Amino acid sequence: MSISRRKFLGWVGAAGLSTTIGKPAAAATNQEFAGYPDSFAILHDTTLCVGCRSCEAACNKVNDLPQPDQPFTDLSVLETPRRTTTKAFTVVNKHDSLKKPGHPVFYKKQCNHCLEPACASACFVRAFSKTKTGAVVYDASVCVGCRYCMIACPFEIPTYEYDQALTPRIRKCTMCHPRVIEGQLPGCVEACPMEALSFGKREDMIKIARERFRKYPDRYVDHIYGEHEMGGTSWLYVSGTPFKELGMREDLGTTPAPELTAGALSSVPIIVGLWPVLLAGIYAVSKRKEKIAQTEQEQAAASALDADRSEPSQPEEES
Amino acid sequence: MDPIFYTLQDFMTHTESVTYLLVIATLIGMTVFWWFLTGKDKD
Amino acid sequence: MAQVTTGERKSIFSLFNFIALIVLGVGVYLTYLRFTGGLASVTNLSDYNPWGIWISFDLLCGVALAAGGYVTSSAVYLFGMKQYHSAVRPAILTGFLGYALVFLAINYDVGRPWRLPYPLVVQQGTTSVLFEVGLCVATYLTVLFIEFSPAAMEWLGLKRARNIPIYFFVTSIVAGLSMVIFESTLSHRFFAYKMDETHLKEASGVTLGFGKAASYVLAGYFAIKVLGISAENHWHYLKTGYGTWYLVELLGFVALPSLLYAFGVRTKSLTLIKFTSVLAILGVILNRFNISLVAFNWQLPAGERYFPHWMEIGISVFIVMIGLLLYRFIATRMPILYEHPDYKDAH
Ligand code: SF4
Ligand code: SF4
Ligand code: SF4
Repeated sequence: MSISRRKFLGWVGAAGLSTTIGKPAAAATNQEFAGYPDSFAILHDTTLCVGCRSCEAACNKVNDLPQPDQPFTDLSVLETPRRTTTKAFTVVNKHDSLKKPGHPVFYKKQCNHCLEPACASACFVRAFSKTKTGAVVYDASVCVGCRYCMIACPFEIPTYEYDQALTPRIRKCTMCHPRVIEGQLPGCVEACPMEALSFGKREDMIKIARERFRKYPDRYVDHIYGEHEMGGTSWLYVSGTPFKELGMREDLGTTPAPELTAGALSSVPIIVGLWPVLLAGIYAVSKRKEKIAQTEQEQAAASALDADRSEPSQPEEES
Repeated sequence: MDPIFYTLQDFMTHTESVTYLLVIATLIGMTVFWWFLTGKDKD
Repeated sequence: MAQVTTGERKSIFSLFNFIALIVLGVGVYLTYLRFTGGLASVTNLSDYNPWGIWISFDLLCGVALAAGGYVTSSAVYLFGMKQYHSAVRPAILTGFLGYALVFLAINYDVGRPWRLPYPLVVQQGTTSVLFEVGLCVATYLTVLFIEFSPAAMEWLGLKRARNIPIYFFVTSIVAGLSMVIFESTLSHRFFAYKMDETHLKEASGVTLGFGKAASYVLAGYFAIKVLGISAENHWHYLKTGYGTWYLVELLGFVALPSLLYAFGVRTKSLTLIKFTSVLAILGVILNRFNISLVAFNWQLPAGERYFPHWMEIGISVFIVMIGLLLYRFIATRMPILYEHPDYKDAH
């Protein structure tokens, strides 16, 4: 299900990438955030993926990454599970199918470009931003290198240049944002010989997936991974085996990441507002007690003096 | 000027920024107010 | 008699100095490695384990120091327990030095430390919990510095500056609380893999240090933990490896100190209470490292689990040593443990 270049350029125009963004009248005030209208997504159909690693090779090329130790034609690397690294923004992993032994399933892993990215909500310098193309992009010019984004990402995607002494960056898939704004397809999508990857508007990708479910019900699990996970992602997956068997987390829920930290953050204003009041209150009370005690003491001392006692009873505390 | 937010993330960045500014203002305000309130009590 | 004591003191100090020298030497070398070869050359951190013992250490110190500082000054300034007045300055100095060193440690940990002011001045990531913590800690550190400055000024022969204990108190509470919030947010992510970690409040409870209160708080904490297992029906986790650790923590470092504190209080045995507080603090430390070393790695394949490199520990030791030396330098010169004769009754 790939798309023609012309159609694609049309979409780019429609998304208003080069012009000003359209202003839907209702969007401003309501508290529902549906994401950027007409943003893009990539659909990965694992039933079509053959694990040829063409996407890995293409990704390496378009991102100018260093050559790997083993060439991309070497399929033996599929035998061990891999993760994204600073040198590979995407990896294809092989999983044995429980349903059909001998027919392994391949799953391409990279940044999922969450609609509400956890990495962005975690970063204290806003180095990540969700763009209107759908890509979650990273700005190395402000990054402090605290690696909190790596902790926050539920898919364990961002990687860090541990070997850089003074200029370490976070590295991850860019959804080929630079290519997309120039009207090109993402490298991996363009390279896939099986059309296991499709690029287009997110709504259309979801429609395509549903269409496939309808046409070939035996072939698919009736679930689009990424439609709602973590509030939805711009990388969608369909599969014939349960996603759990592909090593994909199914315990994430549908709550977007920024909402998860909202509770912790909303306690700040309350603390700031109430603590000073409470503390000042206690402070004032104890000051007042002290004053009363002092006056009483003085009075006691005075009356003691009146009674011709030479020693004032002063329980002086050591300091 | 009515900002439009397409993502919850952008919306929260905006609201939290405003909140933090108010927090700072509150802290300063409460301090000044405390001084104003208790300034005459000093002996 | 007096001469013997000073002689003994001297030899202890020179042994200490000798160790300090070695630690500093190694530390400087490790610092050189860190800032020429990157984190990879001194740590075992990886893409699976972006944070290691440095962070647990910082959080640990953060909570403990914030708690210690604010409990002392609240006792004195808020509740008018003037008999503890002499403890305020050491507590504030410890808090200030501790936090300053936590800050120093963070400079090793982050990739581009000179950009640490960026979240404040360049671009504010206000949705980040880390932003909130940073803001609190920065405020706290500033106030601690102002709070501590009278001692430095007296040392320099300057006039006593105005004391503003109330701010110190507020910020330390917020700093302490935000650390707790931060930690619980962090552990939030690992809910599915380990047992209930929401109630991270024990840190402040343990450091209360006042036998009776600590005993009761620990008992309450114990109850919360057990009820927490029950409420989420996590009994079966107890059979796993992490569960065993958890039991050790719960029985050995929560239940046991609680009982020992109680005995200590009833028999008025100061030694027992002191011993127990060490046990309880060990419990907090164990808990933090448990979270960072065991719980964070729970889901990873064995080969990817994190264990700190000796050089990581080395840098932490180096930083603690700097703290000790600074404390000694300041405490022997500035009016910390005693009141400056010229300003004695100014409080
Ligand atoms: S998958 Fe991870 S790195 Fe990618 S956008 Fe989502 S949270 Fe960020
Ligand atoms: S490492 Fe960089 S991008 Fe990631 S949270 Fe820290 S400052 Fe932000
Ligand atoms: S979208 Fe671009 S950066 Fe991301 S995996 Fe594909 S080729 Fe690589």
